[in-house]
Amino acid sequence: MTDLLIIPIIKMLVIFGVCLFFVAYTTWIERKALGHFQLRYGPMRVGYHGLLQPLADAVKNFFKEEVVPDNADRAVFLMAPVISISFAVMLLAVIPFGPAMTIFGKRIDLYLANPSIGILFILGLATIGSYGTILGGWSSGNKYGYMGGLRASAMIISYELSLAFAVLSIIMVTGSFSLVDMVAAQQHFWDWNIFREPVAFLVFMISGIAELNRTPFDMPEAESELCCGYNIEYSSMKFSLFFLAEYTHLFVFASLVTTLFLGGWHGPVLPGLVWFFVKTFAVIFVCIWIRATIPRLRYDKVMKLEWKFLLPVALANVIATGVVVALLG
Amino acid sequence: MEKSDIINVSKNRGEKGNYVKPILKGLQFTMGNFFKKPVTIQYPDQKTVRSQRWRGLHKLNVDEKGELKCVACGLCAAVCPSQAITILAREDEGGTRHPEKFEVNELRCIFCGFCQDACPKSAISLTKIYEYVNYNREDFVFDISILKTTGEKWNS
Repeated sequence: MTDLLIIPIIKMLVIFGVCLFFVAYTTWIERKALGHFQLRYGPMRVGYHGLLQPLADAVKNFFKEEVVPDNADRAVFLMAPVISISFAVMLLAVIPFGPAMTIFGKRIDLYLANPSIGILFILGLATIGSYGTILGGWSSGNKYGYMGGLRASAMIISYELSLAFAVLSIIMVTGSFSLVDMVAAQQHFWDWNIFREPVAFLVFMISGIAELNRTPFDMPEAESELCCGYNIEYSSMKFSLFFLAEYTHLFVFASLVTTLFLGGWHGPVLPGLVWFFVKTFAVIFVCIWIRATIPRLRYDKVMKLEWKFLLPVALANVIATGVVVALLG
Repeated sequence: MEKSDIINVSKNRGEKGNYVKPILKGLQFTMGNFFKKPVTIQYPDQKTVRSQRWRGLHKLNVDEKGELKCVACGLCAAVCPSQAITILAREDEGGTRHPEKFEVNELRCIFCGFCQDACPKSAISLTKIYEYVNYNREDFVFDISILKTTGEKWNS
């Protein structure tokens, strides 16, 4: 009974609670780091250096007015943020956060589930999560939102390919679909997949940022062209949910990069859990750094980059990996 | 801008394919900014230094005996381009003139400083106060009692 029900429920609450806390603070880190990249301070006034800013934002959004436009498709309009956030949070279930711990004589693994197809689970649910974006944009009955939704679907269709191919080469190296096995295979520093598969790492980073709709590729919410894209008609907590989903995706992406390429929770001296979050936030910082540096690409160039560059490179990498694995193994 | 501040992304617009170097250059530049001190001035806590000749709210100056220097000649009211100053004069038995009423409408005022220049007795001068708020427009019509003590309310 305890093993089947109580421990998983406690684990679930702890993992989701801690992760959503980190996600909320990712927004703070983003604003703060963006500010410093632009010689500003970022949030300063709520708490010490704006540390309570996420809380203030949440309170503000709770008390804002909920607006549903007249010509919106009401049911879909209300469902879209829920789809977005729930599938984003579900992704956290399969990520291994650290080595197994022993608490009260019980062995507790720091992940909720270890399906043998963990990485496929993530790829699948991440794509379903983008339905939230697409449906939200479409159902709001606004042209800008509609365009944002269209662009989101185009981005998902194209960049999912190179993302999956980058993951495929990792799967070939590791010989397993399970994220736990992937971490176990990268025990030593020189075993990390970033050194074995540098091309796949670059492809994964670029297409991952594109999947997240972050700045060099933020087509669905291009401020200058679409006002703010798919979430233009959303207000109050519904907007917050979209926002939170976006940052949960960022967090999951960063932890995926950590798991797939940077050796997961392996590292010297410090405990595994700490290493995991250090690496994850380093990846998040790199994403913010890129956002602060590179301006948005034109829409056709984004598509060109994917179909004419990233996809062939990822394919070639998969073939090369296959040949090497076949020869060595 | 210094020449070194300009990042040449591409010398030739037709040049294609070479994105890596400019992107790395840009990343290096932003990372350099990250470790610099921000240029922001945290306004209500920190303030910029006003110029010596800054023209803010008006002040009516007093002499050693604590009486207004103003003799109600009306030059300031005459020179005021936005007609923000209203003066009513009063004369003593000894023949000295005093302002009965001296009102400056701070919302009409354009802070040109002509009144200060025109005054033969240096009775009116402009302070450096630039932050002033009220709940009513009427409260911005300053009379003698306010003008004598300008700055005490908003403490600058």
